[in-house]
Amino acid sequence: MSNLFPKSANKLPLQILIFIGLTTGIVLAGVTYYATPKYTRVGYAPTQPVPFSHALHAGQLGMDCRYCHSNVEKSGHSNVPTAQTCMNCHNQIKVDSPLLAPVRESYASGNPVPWAKIHQAPDYVYFNHAVHVARGVSCVSCHGQINEMEVVHHAKPLSMGWCLECHREPEKFIRDPKLVTNLDWKHPGGDAGQLEQGKKFVHDWNVQPPQSCSGCHR
Amino acid sequence: MRYAYLTLLFVVVSAVSVLGFRGSLTQRTPLEVFPDMDRQPKYKPQAESAFFADGRSDRPTPAGAVAFGRTSLAGEPKFLAADDHFYRGMNADGKPARGYPSEITVDAKLLERGELKYTIYCAPCHGAVGDGNGITKQYGMGATPTYHDDRLRGTPEGDLYNTITVGKGNMLSYADKLEPADRWAVVAYVRALQRAQVGTPADVAPAFKSELGLK
Repeated sequence: MSNLFPKSANKLPLQILIFIGLTTGIVLAGVTYYATPKYTRVGYAPTQPVPFSHALHAGQLGMDCRYCHSNVEKSGHSNVPTAQTCMNCHNQIKVDSPLLAPVRESYASGNPVPWAKIHQAPDYVYFNHAVHVARGVSCVSCHGQINEMEVVHHAKPLSMGWCLECHREPEKFIRDPKLVTNLDWKHPGGDAGQLEQGKKFVHDWNVQPPQSCSGCHR
Repeated sequence: MRYAYLTLLFVVVSAVSVLGFRGSLTQRTPLEVFPDMDRQPKYKPQAESAFFADGRSDRPTPAGAVAFGRTSLAGEPKFLAADDHFYRGMNADGKPARGYPSEITVDAKLLERGELKYTIYCAPCHGAVGDGNGITKQYGMGATPTYHDDRLRGTPEGDLYNTITVGKGNMLSYADKLEPADRWAVVAYVRALQRAQVGTPADVAPAFKSELGLK
């Protein structure tokens, strides 16, 4: 009965504890890194029925976002354009392009083009585009540099914590409402200039972004 | 014990290689592990419907429907968009109306509004100064007429309004993008663009003359 366990077994409990500790740490790190919209949503870039390029239309041609998303200043919902909006130009430009066939079909039949929705807040979030745009929150703040994207991808996490970053410190983000659709604009005075102007806007317009639950949820 | 660590390393490496990193582009629909009523059986704008035959949650206006509640008083111009001049740019005889309807005051504020809307919706084809040389011309848009000829200088305001509302030739209607008041603002701005092209040094206000190098 002398040597049932070898001597090395004395260290085993400690080794097992260290191993369990390490594994727990790795699992926690993994959950922190992956179980967040920063991983699950950012980068989502579905293939659309028409390979519409924002980089061409909004970037190269310099068209204003509101040419297509025309209700963004009036409605809580920023609309996806009608096929007629596309046909304003594409009844003369690239009229035979097979890539535009779904748009022509939609214009003729009245059935919508089945665009894939990329940015999708949960249904219990009542986000209102019009109020944000009216108070100088630029498109770029939530959607990223759309004017440089060939294929639009989800650029910001749109998580609640991320919303609150701005609701707590709006002066860091809001700008002159005339510049909301200028996605390349940055305050010429840098961060300090933005902060100074932002504080002035927050004061002058009495901006009080809600931080209570019912501000966005109901 | 070494095998345990090797197994752990293998699991971590394979997990990272399957899951990738934050922000990498993907076609996969975002994963919602705990749905938490994120997607509720309710209709949101421009969403899908399993109920209606055309699959749309937005319902088209039924034929013959009349907008309700513009104003409570029948007989007011806004009641059911009865004001022909304001809503259609027409006189009672069905001809394009000259001048602006009584609801519209032409002032700096209206022109500013007109400039904003013109820049968004008209400038891509008609050009920033209304000469028909917008950016789309380089991409194959057919001849966009210039505003700066006698025909369009002389045409009634109601005619310009009507063109925005129902379109003309290859230009489609912009009624869904511009509300009536905004259409009148654009008309006023187009008039301003036309006026600017035929201006003379005598038109410049004295205060700005030195800035432009005029006497």
